Amino acid sequence: MDGFLAHFTVFVLACFVGWQVVWKVTPALHTPLMSVTNAISGIILVGAMLAAGIGTLDLGGWLGLAAVFLAAINVAGGFWVTHRMLKLFRRR
Amino acid sequence: MIQLAYLVAAVCFILSLKGLSAPATAKRGNLYGVVGMGIAIAATLAVPGLSAYTRIAVAALAGGAIGALLASRVPMTAMPEMVALLHSFVGAAATLVGLSAHYHGVHPETVTRVEVFLGVVIGAPTLTGSVIAFAKLRGTIGGKPLLLPARHILNAVGLVSLVALGAWYVREPVAPPLWLAAILAGLVGAHVILAIGGADMPVIVSVLNSASGWAAAATGFVLGNDLLIITGALVGASGAILSTIMSRGMNRSIGSVLVGGFGEGDSGPVAAGSPEAEAIAKGVNVGDVETAVELMRGARNVVIVPGYGMAVAQAQHPTFQLVQRLEAEGVRVRFAIHPVAGRLPGHMNVLLAEADVPYDQVFEMDDINPDLPETDVVLVLGANDIVNPDALDKPGSPIYGMPILEVFRAGTVIVVKRSMSPGFSGIDNPLYYRDNTMMVFGDARAVVEAMVKELKGAPVH
Repeated sequence: MDGFLAHFTVFVLACFVGWQVVWKVTPALHTPLMSVTNAISGIILVGAMLAAGIGTLDLGGWLGLAAVFLAAINVAGGFWVTHRMLKLFRRR
Repeated sequence: MIQLAYLVAAVCFILSLKGLSAPATAKRGNLYGVVGMGIAIAATLAVPGLSAYTRIAVAALAGGAIGALLASRVPMTAMPEMVALLHSFVGAAATLVGLSAHYHGVHPETVTRVEVFLGVVIGAPTLTGSVIAFAKLRGTIGGKPLLLPARHILNAVGLVSLVALGAWYVREPVAPPLWLAAILAGLVGAHVILAIGGADMPVIVSVLNSASGWAAAATGFVLGNDLLIITGALVGASGAILSTIMSRGMNRSIGSVLVGGFGEGDSGPVAAGSPEAEAIAKGVNVGDVETAVELMRGARNVVIVPGYGMAVAQAQHPTFQLVQRLEAEGVRVRFAIHPVAGRLPGHMNVLLAEADVPYDQVFEMDDINPDLPETDVVLVLGANDIVNPDALDKPGSPIYGMPILEVFRAGTVIVVKRSMSPGFSGIDNPLYYRDNTMMVFGDARAVVEAMVKELKGAPVH
């Protein structure tokens, strides 16, 4: 339970940080905001790697491996498409 | 050491979001995100006990290649679909990691069992809901809400059953209640999104954005991994803010959007016969391209209001040509964007940027509304409800209270539209009947191209 509370503390603080930072994002960049959050929520790749890479390849390992594949789509696709969009924004 | 690397990665992600506060720093922000992800992956590879590098590399490279391919091919107009698709992958990955944790773990603690269960029941509806949103945005399934009889009862039964399955799993951590919960939560998620009309999609995509963050955070709790928890919380908060902004822009609560059943989806049927004849019969000023061009050339300043119709007609490129022609004649031209124009928050800004419109020529609603009374001509391209004055002065109207671009205060309003049909809210727009409004009927792209041609042929003042 103590372990949970420590993680929960981190979670609540991170929610506040996110809330503060994202309100400052300019509305013109809300679509790139979505795609970059798509990319960084690909951080689940880290969890998937741990699920896939420790021990033998049992059912749990296969499920983890499938998650690695999907999360990697997000990471690559999210960052790349964000870059493509941001490249378009130029000043007069 | 690994924890330290994770902390650096988390800070990079925060800086990444912070970079988006202005277009000038945004590219650097994206780079921070890439760096953070690289650090996180490298640190994870160093986790003791992690050994199966080959299979991880194969799966990750295959996924990465597909992601890169999708990202490099998707047209800017299809960005809503792309975003919805990526949300679904996060939901799927969270579900899979949750199930995997079940098979790998012995779960002596109640709190761990709850975490695994929650990871799965948050991930699964994120997956199915996003797939439905993707299909609706693509037009694979219609935008009309699916309204099953007793749909609220169905959802309630689903939720109660999920709680029961959760209780079962916590008492006895076996596979069946977890898989059943995944399937059931997935069905509920799909059903909720199916009941929501196409016009509410900006809110829905934002809600799913938020859900994908919470799913990642839940996975972090399952694995006891603070990096996942922090990142998930950042994304969850981001999606929550976008949902708030979008529902404010429509003057609806997120709750009422999620209940569903609002709107007809796509614009109403085009009435038989010529739109001009119908409009004239209703006492509307109908103009032609030539008159519209004369009005704009004679203006000191023009504001263009693009709506979803402009995107559908792919009119953004000719629109920028029109802007350049007008500017060459000394007219000051600006764009005005309503928060819910388009199918995704900020989508219109991306489409205009793609058409080479400089971002400092594009203004948000609150910034340009005070200037509209001094604006000579407003050109409305494929927008409807977001310029409907009923929102300000007709308390009985379904859109009353919604913030609008107050274009009716301008000298002259030129509305380019295919017909007199109402917008997604299904209500008529009194703007069209005002003395200072002129309607030009036709496809936005065709009309704007004709305007450009007219300007080319016209003698310089």
